[in-house]
Amino acid sequence: MHTLLMLLQATPETALNSNALLGAGIGMGLAIIGAGIGIGRIGGQAVEAIARQPEASADIRGAMILTAALVEGATLAALVFALLFKLA
Amino acid sequence: MTFQKPNIGEMIFHHTGDSKFIELLWFGEKRLPGPWFIPGTHIDVSPTKHVVFMILAAFLVWLTIWYGGRQVERRHREGKAPGGFGAAVEALVLFVRNDVAIASIGPGGEVFAPYILTLFFFILYCNLLGLFPWGAAATGNIAVTAGLALTAFLTIEISGFRALGPKGYLKTIVMVPPGMKGIGAVIMAIIMTPVELIGKIVKPFALTLRLFANMTAGHFVILVLLGLIFVFGTAPAVIRYGVVTGSIALTLFMMFLELLVAFLQAYIFALLTSVFIGLMQHEH
Repeated sequence: MHTLLMLLQATPETALNSNALLGAGIGMGLAIIGAGIGIGRIGGQAVEAIARQPEASADIRGAMILTAALVEGATLAALVFALLFKLA
Repeated sequence: MTFQKPNIGEMIFHHTGDSKFIELLWFGEKRLPGPWFIPGTHIDVSPTKHVVFMILAAFLVWLTIWYGGRQVERRHREGKAPGGFGAAVEALVLFVRNDVAIASIGPGGEVFAPYILTLFFFILYCNLLGLFPWGAAATGNIAVTAGLALTAFLTIEISGFRALGPKGYLKTIVMVPPGMKGIGAVIMAIIMTPVELIGKIVKPFALTLRLFANMTAGHFVILVLLGLIFVFGTAPAVIRYGVVTGSIALTLFMMFLELLVAFLQAYIFALLTSVFIGLMQHEH
């Protein structure tokens, strides 16, 4: 319990801001769920495609990174806004 | 005996944020000159830590390419294949030129290869400088990435305008589906114009946030993992040693991941910029 409180760094000052922290935390979690599903599917399908057609692996890898980057961009926008809510 | 409570959040922002102080290895801190205001305004244009590291990155890019290029040229004159450092630089340059710029933009992509190469090497060096002790990643500052994305935006739009001509360029803003006439075309134009305009703005915005958030998030994770050691500073000895071991192992892992991310983000910024240029060039 002692170590858990230390990990949470609970102090009266942070407790005042707890609603904003809760909002930021939930927002970050939701954004990461979406990104996890999206990028996981991209990676899984790319591995499957490379297994079926190893000679096309260079093209598939390029398309995979490009699509993953686009998904990641939207997620990171959500994370930055969540951080802004925490700081504001 | 009293322990001061560590403030991890403040420590993280102190390390990732911009500041007027630059750390000079073992010689302490130096305050950069300033503030220099533009006359009549409150805009401060004096250098900060990130500006210094940006200039350092630019200098290193120049040094790498100049030295590599000189070596390749000399070996070429001797009738030999380039070796050593020159070959490494040549391999990177050829990869970005052929597999990123020309492959994504299509025929005529050679014109944009110097710009894409500049973006790639500059972002790469900025990212890598952030991994050095006492260093700072200029790409972890949203103003730097926004500036880079602005050059990308101007390149995309101006090259698109030159390739398509005024009429063709207007079609990328006021979009009417082919074969539509009369009132339907007007309605479609009214609906699609804001969508197309937002599409143009979103591209550089996404480039900005992706690079900034990736570099900042990586540094945050490393600093939080190191901060755990200080958070557990008053815990029993067994837990303390366990936390230190775990924290250092995870930090090492994250540092290697950051090394990969530094290359990956430079690659992705260059790739996406060339894909967007290519999309505008071949819009019909």
